[in-house]
Amino acid sequence: MSSAAPAAGTGVTATARITAGADGSLPVLESDGPFALRRTRCAVPGWTRVTVVGAMSAPLGGDRLAIETEVRDGARLLVDAAAATLALPGRTADPAAYALRLRVGADAVLRWLPEQLVSVHGSVLRARTTVELDPAARLVLREEQVLGRHGEPPGTLFSRLTVRRAGRPLLDQELACGPGAPGGWDGGAVLGGHRTTGQLLVVDPRFDTAPAPVRLLGDHAVVTPLAGPAALVTAVAPDALALRRILDAALADLAPFTAP
Amino acid sequence: MSRSALLVLADGRFPAGGHAHSGGAEAAVKAGRLTDAAGLEAFCRGRLHTVGLTAAGLAAGAAAGLDPHELDAVADAQNPSPALRAASRRLGRQLMRAARAAWPDPGLDALAAAFPRGAHQPVVLGTAARAAGLGPEDTAHCVAYETVGGPATAVVRLLGLDPYQATAVLARLAPEMDEVAARAATAARQGVDALPAASAPLLDITAEQHAAWPVRLFAS
Repeated sequence: MSSAAPAAGTGVTATARITAGADGSLPVLESDGPFALRRTRCAVPGWTRVTVVGAMSAPLGGDRLAIETEVRDGARLLVDAAAATLALPGRTADPAAYALRLRVGADAVLRWLPEQLVSVHGSVLRARTTVELDPAARLVLREEQVLGRHGEPPGTLFSRLTVRRAGRPLLDQELACGPGAPGGWDGGAVLGGHRTTGQLLVVDPRFDTAPAPVRLLGDHAVVTPLAGPAALVTAVAPDALALRRILDAALADLAPFTAP
Repeated sequence: MSRSALLVLADGRFPAGGHAHSGGAEAAVKAGRLTDAAGLEAFCRGRLHTVGLTAAGLAAGAAAGLDPHELDAVADAQNPSPALRAASRRLGRQLMRAARAAWPDPGLDALAAAFPRGAHQPVVLGTAARAAGLGPEDTAHCVAYETVGGPATAVVRLLGLDPYQATAVLARLAPEMDEVAARAATAARQGVDALPAASAPLLDITAEQHAAWPVRLFAS
């Protein structure tokens, strides 16, 4: 299905949709615009897997793109991606908007493990991830921001992650970087010259009784327990590979991928 | 609105315990990310536009009369670092004591009763400002100033930085403090869902490293 109908000089508007059922089915799997969604084979039994295949480089300036995902009660869904997402300059000076809206039901699990978001020089992107969790939902969510392709200065990136559990705020953070961001983002309080930053969030009701302890992961990353039943890894790194190594190690420790 | 009440609340001598905190500057100095006046300016500018804006939004929200319980829950969600959450509640408790003496008020009494271990500092600050007759914009100015004033004072002690240079950094940041205060107050008038949540990864990371040091000059 495609609602994309770009007028000359404006961007693409597209919303891809995924709904996962407890029986392993995908009642909704709608590709749209640059997002091609494929059901792929999952190495771990008991899980449904969807891979986002970038049909073209996106988002471009002026695009308004979204992926909506619903994980119904009791379902187990892994979403990953075939390639990094590139925020690119468009034909207009308008920023691009990229929204992820995720809902996870009771006793359902979502592992949202895409590839990096690369803020290409000259681009302006507003990325917004909102997650609504049932109190009995589990979530693993990774976000990695790469400021510029290799050797180039970054584009402008505004990124916000908001997670609500049972309607109450669990995590709400935003980051602004690049030439269009307010000053100081590259100073010693925010990124300190690092060119990648990322977060790994693990929400699990088991943390209600046994919160994850604080753990330092080298000099530039930390695992912290949130005020609710969740653990967050916050990391900065010189490059995407170093960042992924930190987050992968934390992922294996906090939320190993196993059969139910 | 009383301009003099704002000066009393924003004064570094207001006995609310803020002088014991460096706002992450002590960790940044040790890591070699903050070595001189230019580094202090970049550090303070980053703090101002991230956690400064976020705290200013919360405080302006409390001053505008938004539900302090809801604001306190938002503050928890904006603070992934348990060391920073604990510091914020400790500072909130200390500020509450001083504020209740300065501006006795049923709003402060109710907040103190609801959070015996301390509400988050910006929520207490906004409630105190409201009790003092201040509006959201003045309150946000107070937060913006303390966001950068704390580290600047700390760095004079930590690095032996020339206090004139530290003050010059604050003066140069004044127009941006005004911008941040205006943004925070505008958001606060639109309600809790419009509040900013700007964050600073290195402050979150280094707060936990700093909390684990056996010896330190500042509490955070």
